[in-house]
Amino acid sequence: MANEVCFRLMHLPEPWRLAAYQSEGGYEALRKVLGGGMPQDQVIEEVKKSGLRGRGGAGFPTGVKWGFINRTAPGPRYLVCNSDEGEPGTCKDRDILRFNPHALIEGMVIAGYAIGAVAGYNYIRGEFWEPYERFEAALAEAREAGFLGKDILGSGLDFDIHTHLGAGAYICGEETALLNSIEGRKGQPRYKPPFPAQFGLYGRPTIINNTESLASVPEIIRRGGDWFREIGVANSGGPKLFSVSGNVARPGNYEVPLGTPFATLLEMAGGVRGGRKLKAVIPGGSSAPVIPGDVMMDLTMDYDAIAKAGSMLGSGAVIVMDDTNCMVRVLDRVSYFYYEESCGQCTPCREGTGWMHRVIHRIETGKGRPEDLDLLDDVAAKIQGRTICALGDAAAMPVASFVRHFRDEFAYHIEHRRCLVGG
Amino acid sequence: MSSNEVTMPRPDAAALLSAGVRAEIDTWVAKYPPEWKRSACMAALRIAQEGNGGWLTTELMDAVAAYLEMPPMDVYEVASFYSMYELKPVGRHKICVCTNISCLINGSERVVEHLEKRLGVGLGETTADGRYTLKEVECLGAVLREPDPRADRRDPGRAGVAPWRTKSASA
Ligand SMILES: Cc1cc2nc3c(=O)[nH]c(=O)nc-3n(C[C@H](O)[C@H](O)[C@H](O)COP(=O)(O)O)c2cc1C
Ligand code: FES
Repeated sequence: MANEVCFRLMHLPEPWRLAAYQSEGGYEALRKVLGGGMPQDQVIEEVKKSGLRGRGGAGFPTGVKWGFINRTAPGPRYLVCNSDEGEPGTCKDRDILRFNPHALIEGMVIAGYAIGAVAGYNYIRGEFWEPYERFEAALAEAREAGFLGKDILGSGLDFDIHTHLGAGAYICGEETALLNSIEGRKGQPRYKPPFPAQFGLYGRPTIINNTESLASVPEIIRRGGDWFREIGVANSGGPKLFSVSGNVARPGNYEVPLGTPFATLLEMAGGVRGGRKLKAVIPGGSSAPVIPGDVMMDLTMDYDAIAKAGSMLGSGAVIVMDDTNCMVRVLDRVSYFYYEESCGQCTPCREGTGWMHRVIHRIETGKGRPEDLDLLDDVAAKIQGRTICALGDAAAMPVASFVRHFRDEFAYHIEHRRCLVGG
Repeated sequence: MSSNEVTMPRPDAAALLSAGVRAEIDTWVAKYPPEWKRSACMAALRIAQEGNGGWLTTELMDAVAAYLEMPPMDVYEVASFYSMYELKPVGRHKICVCTNISCLINGSERVVEHLEKRLGVGLGETTADGRYTLKEVECLGAVLREPDPRADRRDPGRAGVAPWRTKSASA
């Protein structure tokens, strides 16, 4: 079964409209919650039961995160949605904003209610102008219909949602950088602890979730946590959106149950383009370690299976590479990205990403040295776990994994000063 | 002289922003708590940039600082941190090409080559007639979309060239 949650309206002509959303049970979950049927803790319990794990990359259980909020402390609390979607290869949140904005709005109101937030902010990356306009139009519809704003559905609940637009910085997807960005600063991450649940936006307790996480909430409440969990497999409740790109015949976003065999997903995306041989797959966005094609063909798409194979499900961006790709060239570009996007705040990341990129670039351009591969391993190991935020890890993991799995190709480049692929 | 006088902008600097620009900035200020006007800084810079042919002068940044009651230095920091703000003049249209991994795999280098030849400029440059600026960008979350010639400085996503479908790049 595909398209059961975030993409469930895809068969409708204009799924982004309120009327379309309501024709398929939209805002029923909110009525169920605010009609007196569900106290805050019960909403949180239902989300815990669903097995929903954060879809932004880290996979932290959403209900557990909501439980960290202390609702009895005085003063305002905030809910923040992360629609920054900067992880290379990922384009799913864009399509939620474009095609199912009301699911996100309903999910945000329910989450806001559960944690007792006074307002919600949706941080949309600055490049997403069309999705931003769609989302704004949906907000207006929801306000007009009484699902948002003052005294929602006559329940006495006040909660509004505002959009904040980014302006081009990958690091703002990191949750504390994102908070600084909303506060009108450079997007540089904060030290953790304190975690946002204690000290977040404007120094207030804040919950941050990814777009897909929040857009999954209405169906969890409407159909039950058990229903959602059973779509997936153990430790991986529900379906997930996968953005399949690279050398496939039909690149696209596919919503499939967690635990779906990779081979099935690849087939949905039309298989490797031109019937070529599958060489490698990055299963969770460019920060996730690469997996050789033959290993990947035996894996299922869920948190545990991908972790066991040494990688991460991450944001669900599945980047498919056929045998025409030179892994040195691909890594050259990937390492440039992290070097370019490092916020420059901490030394291992700022200097280390530059080191790694320069070394990989010299291998790619025929100036590599025999000791370079050990040097790369060493630099990558010295970045990991030693930075303020996880961008350092995100930069180091691809380097370490490319060199590990395709060492021969790198060594050939260094020795022969040219590419093994395509002669 | 207090340090406040040194770091705060002249209040009349805000006069550089037109009434229309100020009204638009106000809609953003209204989204945040009253004591957090600076949250509207990113939006204000974007709006000021759009009203100035796509780039920001120091005077405009000072005007934003004055309007939002922020030290100018904080505004310069924001303007130079984010890649969508332009601190030098740009063409009327900005063509942004992603060369990151999914696009690279699908031949973005050939798209860049084609555009460079067609426009007669390199990455980061503007055509002599001031019409187009060609810019290399990171993943636009557009790996699936058809390229759209309506390159627009507001929405590089729209021009987010997905090379696998462009004529110049089809293998
Ligand atoms: C460098 C970096 C970039 C990130 N980019 C994003 C992003 O674009 N979108 C996102 O939802 N999470 C991103 N994250 C993860 C967030 O920090 C955070 O874990 C997430 O938004 C929490 O939501 P979730 O629990 O619903 O996944 C990023 C993390 C790092 C370290
Ligand atoms: S890699 Fe180019 S748009 Fe994502």
